[in-house]
Formats: sequence, structure tokens, C-alpha cells
Amino acid sequence: MSQMSTHYPDPTRVEPVNRHTLAIVVDNEPGVLARISGMFSGRGYNIESLTVTETEHEAHVSRITIVTTGTDTIIEQIKSQLDRLVPVHYVADLTLLGDAVERELCLVKVVGKGDHRVEAMRLAAAFGARTLDATLTSFVYELTGTTEEVERFIKLMTAVGLVEVSRTGVAAMARGAEGIIP
Amino acid sequence: MSETMTGAEMVIRALQDQGVEHIFGYPGGAVLPIYDAIFHQDKINHVLVRHEQGAVHAAEGYARSSGKVGVVLVTSGPGATNAVTGLADAMMDSIPLVCITGQVPTHLIGSDAFQECDTVGITRHCTKHNYLVKSIEDLPRILHEAFYVASNGRPGPVVVDLPKDIQFKQGTYIRPTSNQHKTYRPTVKGDMDKIRAAVELMANAKRPVFYTGGGVVNSGPHAAALLRELAHLTGFPVTSTLMGLGAFPASDKQFLGMVGMHGTYESNLAMHECDVMINIGARFDDRITGRLDAFSPYSKRIHVDIDPSSINKNVRADIPIIGDCAHVLEDMVRIWRQTAPQLDKPAISAWWEKIEGWRKRNCLGYRNSNETIKPQHAIQRLYELTKDREVYVTTEVGQHQMWAAQYFKFEEPNRWMTSGGHGTMGYGLPAAVGAQLAHPNALVIDIAGEASIQMMLQEMSTALQYNLPVKVFILNNEYMGMVRQWQELLHGGRYSHSYSDSLPDFVKLAEAYGGVGIRCDNPADLDEAILKMINTDRPVIFDCIVDKTENCFPMIPSGKAHNEMLLNDYLGEAGTDIGSVIDEKGKMLV
Repeated sequence: MSQMSTHYPDPTRVEPVNRHTLAIVVDNEPGVLARISGMFSGRGYNIESLTVTETEHEAHVSRITIVTTGTDTIIEQIKSQLDRLVPVHYVADLTLLGDAVERELCLVKVVGKGDHRVEAMRLAAAFGARTLDATLTSFVYELTGTTEEVERFIKLMTAVGLVEVSRTGVAAMARGAEGIIP
Repeated sequence: MSETMTGAEMVIRALQDQGVEHIFGYPGGAVLPIYDAIFHQDKINHVLVRHEQGAVHAAEGYARSSGKVGVVLVTSGPGATNAVTGLADAMMDSIPLVCITGQVPTHLIGSDAFQECDTVGITRHCTKHNYLVKSIEDLPRILHEAFYVASNGRPGPVVVDLPKDIQFKQGTYIRPTSNQHKTYRPTVKGDMDKIRAAVELMANAKRPVFYTGGGVVNSGPHAAALLRELAHLTGFPVTSTLMGLGAFPASDKQFLGMVGMHGTYESNLAMHECDVMINIGARFDDRITGRLDAFSPYSKRIHVDIDPSSINKNVRADIPIIGDCAHVLEDMVRIWRQTAPQLDKPAISAWWEKIEGWRKRNCLGYRNSNETIKPQHAIQRLYELTKDREVYVTTEVGQHQMWAAQYFKFEEPNRWMTSGGHGTMGYGLPAAVGAQLAHPNALVIDIAGEASIQMMLQEMSTALQYNLPVKVFILNNEYMGMVRQWQELLHGGRYSHSYSDSLPDFVKLAEAYGGVGIRCDNPADLDEAILKMINTDRPVIFDCIVDKTENCFPMIPSGKAHNEMLLNDYLGEAGTDIGSVIDEKGKMLV
């Protein structure tokens, strides 16, 4: 009776779960994001991060970057399911295309006085974060980096008075001269 | 060619330009301008249903029996939400539909206006694609695109949500000259290297089997003809899913019958023991595979499907071929003829011998009775007495559906309309209405159960209004039979709410609608009663009182593999303690 989640035949293979970054080029029409995110939730797939904005204004084309996790079978299924959505132009698995460049931006607000304030400034300098706002008791820093760098920065800032975080999620691009659309 | 007209007129014009003859609909506030446009023309015939779900199922029956796109017109709010079950049904069974829904005027969207609902939001997951039309300039393109998307690639339902103010607005109607879609261009031609590899694998097979599905039917009559050609060229056995019945003739000696949970013994064992499985347009649904880790353990698999997401979804394919069944089959036939491969004849004949051994079990055998009508017998008689006619069969969902699939023999594609993937009770009667409209001179029979029929019974009124002489053949066992069967097998015979109490008198009910009612409870009178039904040129409800306790066999219990099927106790396999063969884990499954 432990398998309450299994409504249908049991999963048959135990495969390793991997993290993949997908770039999806879509028509920027109303509801397109709901279609994409709804496909993930409806079929039980994970979204670790999702970023989107229009990239070609004349053509109304947007590029969505999704970081997801799953077994190879699941990742293949995610790509097929995305590809068959009508407004989707192209799906690229940047993880399979090699060591893609991945960056995200975070804003952190730290509040404090005395040693905490000094330490926050030192850490920000060490990470190369920009100071966007400062008061006598607070700072807002901007850091751009890999997800791991951003995680590390936030973790350290927590110890010196972090009160708020805003992150963009990952934007990614394959290395080299080739574009993703063949 | 461009003309100025209102949005409502554009809808009618676009339907005409798409060659639409019949639409199924129900009027309401948000589609009144379109109904006014319908009033002013006589090229498109509107069929007034009695419930929007019925409109969608009728369009499905029309589409599946004719190969055309089914068209539905409903109003906003409840009109749209009532259509949702039908849309989900068409999505699961890949039926091409265009459903136009009215919407409140654009300036009221989001204000919780009367009969407003987020139709595109609600239908996003149960349509292939959907549109909210926000300006009159987009309307002609969207209408034509809807037909393109519905019918190209893997077919499916498309919703066009049309606000009322746009129906009134004047705009320029242009019929698009190209049907090339900006982003949606499904692959129809298969990869030739893969097709060659598939033919080579088939040529070297020792225990091959064709596993064919609804994709062959959707691909058109040409695909069914090519399937027959390839099957006869190779001499391999052929099985079919529920959705694929008729694509290969049931009377052909190479046909092993339906595969899956209630498929034949020989089909399922052939799937289990084969060394090469050739899947043409089927999707390894869980009703087919049973326990996945024990599914067809010795086979290399070729999988032909137009939808890339069907490949490797449930079962890994060794040779995946993305393409339309007819195109791929054509290439396979051509390469097979060119290469004229030498088959391993001794192995293939040993395989056929094994299959004949399984066939001898006569898994569809049952103990007939002189006192009560056995449901299997009723279907067999219905088949025997109608087989020389042009007959179209629809079903509801449950035991009667499986018996119809097992005992009614289909020789041609598009003759069998059933709710396979979604399993929608209430599908059969409206689908029969749609099929009868497409084939006015054919005999259209809805094989029903007394429980299912009550879900869309109101469509009797539609059948009467449009002189559509559909025949509703109810196998009345006073139970939701399949629910009762599962309760017997899995829940200790505790028949919780599966008894059909307070049933209407179906004969009087038929008469109340203005149709003809026939009741039969005696096996000796059955043939005569069926003939009377067939020879009645009006809608008939046939109340066939059958054995109340009959179960549907063969059956692969949940969580079991193809070689663990249960047979009828008449055949000495299962016995009375059938529940004990399903373990705790099996009870979790559906």
C-alpha cells in the first residue's frame, strides 16, 4: 500500500536524474508562457528556473530559458512535448550542446550596522557585486554570475543581515560560433 | 480576393471555404451574431444538439466516420465548459475538430461578466491548440489556421474563442493562399535510412507481429490499404488496438484480434513472445502494455508515429520512425518489393503454429444460455444480422464497449467510433448522430449500456428532429458492468453504487421522444427483434435485457503482464477466486 502515487504501471527503470538547460524559441503570443509552464505542471515535470522576454521585437519572437531536471527519458519527452506545441519554433538542449554559458542576476538587500555592515561591503567587493543603493543602514547589491556563485553570495550575505533577494533565473547560450537554430 | 464583412459572416465564409457542410451547435448570448449569419445562408447545415458535450461527440462521430474535420459552435461560459469533456475526448483519441466558442465582448473580458469564463485557459490542456481572437484583422487567418492545425500532424481539437464585439465588427476577409504554418510543420515523410533498417529487421524476424493503432485510421483509407498490402506481402500476424479496429479486416486469417487488457489470448501472447514488433500508429497506451517491465521482453521494436512525443514515452523503440502512417507504409511496401527479402520460413511457420495453438483456446468462447441473453451472444447476433449492410458502430464506455470490440467484426476503417483514451460514458449516442449525418443511408448503431446511455440520452431528441434513424442497442444488465466487474475482482464483491436503480422504461422513453422502443429478454426472440430494429427507418432504442453477472474476458489484471491473462472460467482458467490473482499493488492501478 506504499505505492499510493502509482496510478498506472510502476516505473520500470531507475535512471540517474540530470539537470538540463533548454532554450525555447517561441512566438510571443498571448498565453504562450502558460502553455509552456502548463505543460510542465500538467505532466509532472520540474522547472528549476524560467526566464523569458521578447528577443526579436519585429518578429514577435521570444526566447525562453528553462532549467529542468529529469532522467534522460524524461528530458527527451520534455523536448518532444515542447516541440509539438504550435507556437514553438525551436527547442535546443544547451546541456547537450556542450558547456553552455549560463548566467543569472540577483539583487540582494542587506540591513545592518557596525561589523555586519563592514563585512557585507567586504563580501560584495570580493564577489565583484555592484552597489545599486545605499542608506546609512542598508545596501542593495547586484551580482551577475553562475547559479552556484549567486547561491554562495546569498548564503554568505544571510549571515550579515540579508533581508530580501530577487533573482532573474538563468539566461544561457551555447559556446562557439554556431547559433542554436540550424 | 478580399471582401468586407462582419466577423460573424467571416466565420461562415471561412467554414464554406474549408468545405464544411455540417456543424453541430447550441446558441447562446455570445454567439448570436454567428447564428444570425447562419440564418442568412443555406450552404452550411446547422444541427441543433441538446447539450454542448453532445455537439462535440457528434462532431467526433462525424469526423471519425468521414475523415473530415468536425465543427462545433457553442456559446461562452457554460457552453464552453460543457464542451470540455468532448474536447478532452477528441484530444485523447486524436480526432480533428474545430470548436468555435463565443466569448463576452473584449472590453468585458476579465470582469467576471455574465457567462464569462477563461475558455482558452480552461481548454489549454485538452486541445491541440486554442486561440482567443482579439482583433478582427486576425480572424480570417486564425479560422483557417485552426483547420490546418486540427487536421495536420497528429489530429486534434482546436478552439477558437471569439468575443461578441468582434463578431459584429466589419473587417476584410481574405482567404489565405498558402496553408504553410509559421511554426507548426509536422514531419510526414519518414527517414529513409530508418525505414530501410526497419524493413531489414522485419526481413530477419523469426516471430514478428504488427501492432496497429488509430494512427492508421487517422492517416486515411490509403494507409489501411497499404497496411493490408504490407501484411500480405510479409505474411506476418496483425493485432490492433481498440482505436485501430477495422484498419485491417477482422476476417483476414492474419488478424489475431484486439490487443490489450481485454484483447484476445493469441494477440497478447503474440505481443509477449514476438522478437520483432512493428508498431504502426499506436502509442503503447497502458491499456495495451500492462506491466511495463514485463511488456514484450524479447522484442526489437519499430515504432511509426507522426507525433515525436509518442516515441519512447512509455516503451523504448529500437527503430523510431517519425512520419505519417501512409507515407511510411508506402515506403516500406516499396522497399520490401525492391529487396524481395528471403524470410526465415521455418521460423515463421513455427511461429504461426504457436499462434494457431493459442487460437485454439478460443478465448472469446462463453457458455451460452437458452434462458437469458448473454451479452456476447447479443453482439454476435447483431453482427451476423447486420454484416451485409453498410454499418457504422459507436459505443459508450464499459463492458458493452469491450464486448462490441471483441465480437463485432470490422472489415473497413472509419466504421468503428468509440471513446478509447478518455473513456467517456455518453459518447456513443451523439457520435452515432454525427456518423448518421455523414452517412445518411447507412445503418448506424450505438452499442450502449443502460448506465452510459443515460449520460447523453437527450440527444435522442436531436436524432428525431433531423430524421437520423440511429439505433441504440442497450445491453441492459442493470449494473455499471465494468465497475461491478472490478468490484467483484478487487473489492470483495462489495457493489458500492454500481447498481442501476430506478431505471426508466426504455421502450416508453423511446416512444416519448417519438422514436421506436423494442425490448427483448428471451434468446429465442432476439434475432427477430434485432431484424425489427434494423428494418425500422426511425430512431430506435433497443432494450436488450442480458445476463446481469457476466464478466468481460479475457482480461489482463492491473499490474500483470500479457502472459498472465485471465480467461473465462468456462475455459477452466480462472475459476471463482479471481480476486486472489490480483495482488495489493495491482489494486492501486486503474
